Amino acid sequence: MSRYIMVIDTRRCVGCQDCVVACQTENNVPSGYCRDWITETASGEYPTVRLEIRSERCNHCDNPPCVHCCPTGASHVHERGGVVLVTPEKCIGCKACLASCPYDARFIHPKGYADKCTFCIHRVERGLDPACVSVCPTHCMHFGDAEDPLSGVSRLLATRPHHTLLPEAGTKPRIYYLT
Amino acid sequence: MNALSRRRFLRISASSVIAAGLGSRALGPLRAASATRAPSGDLQRIPTFCDLCFWKCGAVASVRDGQLWKIEGNPLDPLCRGRLCPRGTGGIGAHSDPDRLRAPLLRTHERGEEKWKEVTWEEAIDYIAEKMKRIAASHGPEAMALFSHGIGGTFLKHTLKAYGTPNIAAPSFAQCRGPRDVGFRLTFGEDVGSPERTDIAHAECLVLIGSHLGENMHNTQVQEFATAVGRGARLIVVDPRLSVAASKAHHYLPIKPGTDLALILAWMQVIVTEKRYDIDYVTRHGFGFDAFAAALAEYTPEWAYVETGIDPETIRATAREMARYRPATLVHPGRHVNWNGDDAQRSRAIALLNALLGSWGRKGGFYQPVTMDIPAYPYPPYPKAGKPKVDNPDHRYPFAHETLTTGIREATISGAPYPIKGWMVYATNLLQALPNEAETLRAIQALDLLVVVDVVPSEMAAWADVVLPESTYLERHDDLNPEYFREPFLALRQPVVEAPHDQKPNWWIARELAVKLGLGAFYPWKHIEEYLEHRVKAAGLDYATLKRDGILRGPPQPIYWADGVPAEFDTPSGKIEFYSSQLAKAGFDPVPRYTPPVSGPPGSFRLLFGRAPMHSFSRTHTNRLLSGLMDENVVWVNQMVATRAGLKSGDWVRLRNQDGALSNRIAVKATERIRPDCVYLVHGFGHKARGLRHAFGKGASDAGLITRYRTDPLMGGTAMNVNFVTLEPAEAV
Repeated sequence: MSRYIMVIDTRRCVGCQDCVVACQTENNVPSGYCRDWITETASGEYPTVRLEIRSERCNHCDNPPCVHCCPTGASHVHERGGVVLVTPEKCIGCKACLASCPYDARFIHPKGYADKCTFCIHRVERGLDPACVSVCPTHCMHFGDAEDPLSGVSRLLATRPHHTLLPEAGTKPRIYYLT
Repeated sequence: MNALSRRRFLRISASSVIAAGLGSRALGPLRAASATRAPSGDLQRIPTFCDLCFWKCGAVASVRDGQLWKIEGNPLDPLCRGRLCPRGTGGIGAHSDPDRLRAPLLRTHERGEEKWKEVTWEEAIDYIAEKMKRIAASHGPEAMALFSHGIGGTFLKHTLKAYGTPNIAAPSFAQCRGPRDVGFRLTFGEDVGSPERTDIAHAECLVLIGSHLGENMHNTQVQEFATAVGRGARLIVVDPRLSVAASKAHHYLPIKPGTDLALILAWMQVIVTEKRYDIDYVTRHGFGFDAFAAALAEYTPEWAYVETGIDPETIRATAREMARYRPATLVHPGRHVNWNGDDAQRSRAIALLNALLGSWGRKGGFYQPVTMDIPAYPYPPYPKAGKPKVDNPDHRYPFAHETLTTGIREATISGAPYPIKGWMVYATNLLQALPNEAETLRAIQALDLLVVVDVVPSEMAAWADVVLPESTYLERHDDLNPEYFREPFLALRQPVVEAPHDQKPNWWIARELAVKLGLGAFYPWKHIEEYLEHRVKAAGLDYATLKRDGILRGPPQPIYWADGVPAEFDTPSGKIEFYSSQLAKAGFDPVPRYTPPVSGPPGSFRLLFGRAPMHSFSRTHTNRLLSGLMDENVVWVNQMVATRAGLKSGDWVRLRNQDGALSNRIAVKATERIRPDCVYLVHGFGHKARGLRHAFGKGASDAGLITRYRTDPLMGGTAMNVNFVTLEPAEAV
């Protein structure tokens, strides 16, 4: 059983937002919406400032509140890689999942269903990386199977310090940030 | 109509990178698809190369059922290695931009009123040709000038040279990289080039002086920068603003703006007095080292501390670090370097520092670019211009080796040394690119003819007599690109979709104009593909393969001295000129000397500007995909300064400069990432052209606040970081 994760190297990332545009074009995300975005956090006082730039998206949590709260089963865990997906035809647009997501990763598509990052499962099934990973000019993003100890992502997590977002929420997020 | 949740918008706007778009208009060629389904339909993948900036990355466009779907990097392209930057990825927004020019326009009211009538191409080109003939008859063909930026200008340059004018210029020299190229020429006898010959990928120690790689999104350089950071290369960043690059640095030097030359001189002083330079390299290749070393004596780190605010121990430590990793220490020459008026000398000091470190010609320093030999098309010879170029009379700027835009502007206003009566402007928004907008407008008012060829209705187009709508790079062929780079390759630009309206490619426009001017003999070919195929064949290459792959790569060639590249210098001494007799003879400092920067009125902030990764100049702000990433600029204000002024992030202000020029309203970004004595804007916003409907009035224009400039005495570059602003509260609206 595979378990897809993303490992993002904040040292290399420059926050250019190529990942955002690539997702929008690859997935025909409607204008004005995005499935991934850049967050910058700065701490300290000039000139001693620590800056972290992160490409963020759905965390495809191991313990996904959006799936637990979905009344129709539209939000579900895909058999491949444990990716969290939405079946638009089953979604009634009730927004329970939007409210439950601590990462604010979802939005209601103009067509009425909840939408978000799919880890580009349509690409992954064809042996490709997600669009954001494949486009990144800094090679800061890595996608792969955490169950495979020899995968690039497993080796990065084994050798580099990292953190996840809001671990205290108990969702067991699967996007890891190398620091 | 705001499609974003309030919650998300707030979170995003609180960060400095505004990640989500506010536009509510659906993009033309994009169709909603279900979340998880693979795209279907007839899919074509057509290679070309990008035009969102001048880097010319290889791209592959996916066209599904005749509609553009996405653009990705061409894996065969050595520049982008299969990965475009956000602008390239967002290139389809240029094709589908609802604000783009659609049909030729002829002015019907006063210049600048943006009132035109749509005319046919024949009427427009007849009008231009008639005016150009009259200008040639009354004043000579030299009275026409062409301003052109990018590879798309090739054929208009050809037509204008055939017409007989030598006055062809681009802002990329006097407003951008000119001082750097002059400084390096004076030292090594050669330019840094574009793409820069910087071997960032192999640098052990990288020094950036005001160069904000990552925000300045020159693809190859950013890729190599990330590689260098990823493998732990030492990074020293000098900038009044804690740029993205600075946030990754081992040493961030928060320099007082305008004093960079003092720091560079002190670094060299340390490296020379402590004998940490590459003695063998300097002895073998250097000229005038002793005079150079003597001239440095006064520039101690203690002296530099007073000027720069960088403490002497940091200056020594960073100088020693550079020396430790030499020759794989790269002191980056930068690109937009028109800052203070001492720019060519500062660039020369950067060249000299690299020379001390022995990085020129060495791995991890500056490589020797190589190219493919593609013969030029066999055109008839151009007529000899009757007069010398107008921009630099009596070689007043003796080291200007390219034409000065601002020199042409000055001649247009004064009529001396001879009148300039017509401007043709291709793909460059001079009103945002040149300093002092009022001077540009005065020059425009002296013209009998102003033609603008562009994709979008820029500020420059707003003042034109005739506006010619060009097809975007995705809809046209352009000249071949046999790039100067690490390895030889040839790239082809070819259309991937049709132009949506009555837009035409520049080659067609240039050819039609030449024919109307009676210069048809200069266009022996009828369609550009005849020209392209001729050149490719003449080089012994296969055009069909180039069309299929977009890129043809040549065999690798040596790019470092160690691999056989000869260490040759096209300088008067044939060596690296630590002391420049050329400069001495022309009355300039043979070794760079420091002069303090101009200071502003009390209580004012120096205005600094730079780039954002998703925009190019002032040309991409109506691209809905890219404006979705950054819709307007913000003014960076030091947190403490903002607090004292009662300002917080998101508050609206206007900037007023020392001459009273007032900006549009702009949101404050109160931040710990900038010094208290300056403010910073991303360049190119604050559009005044009403035709740029989506971008009109959004953000503030740095160009509008750059009423003053200092001209570099060596080469005529216009330094722009010499303006000062205060902040005034503005209505929230």
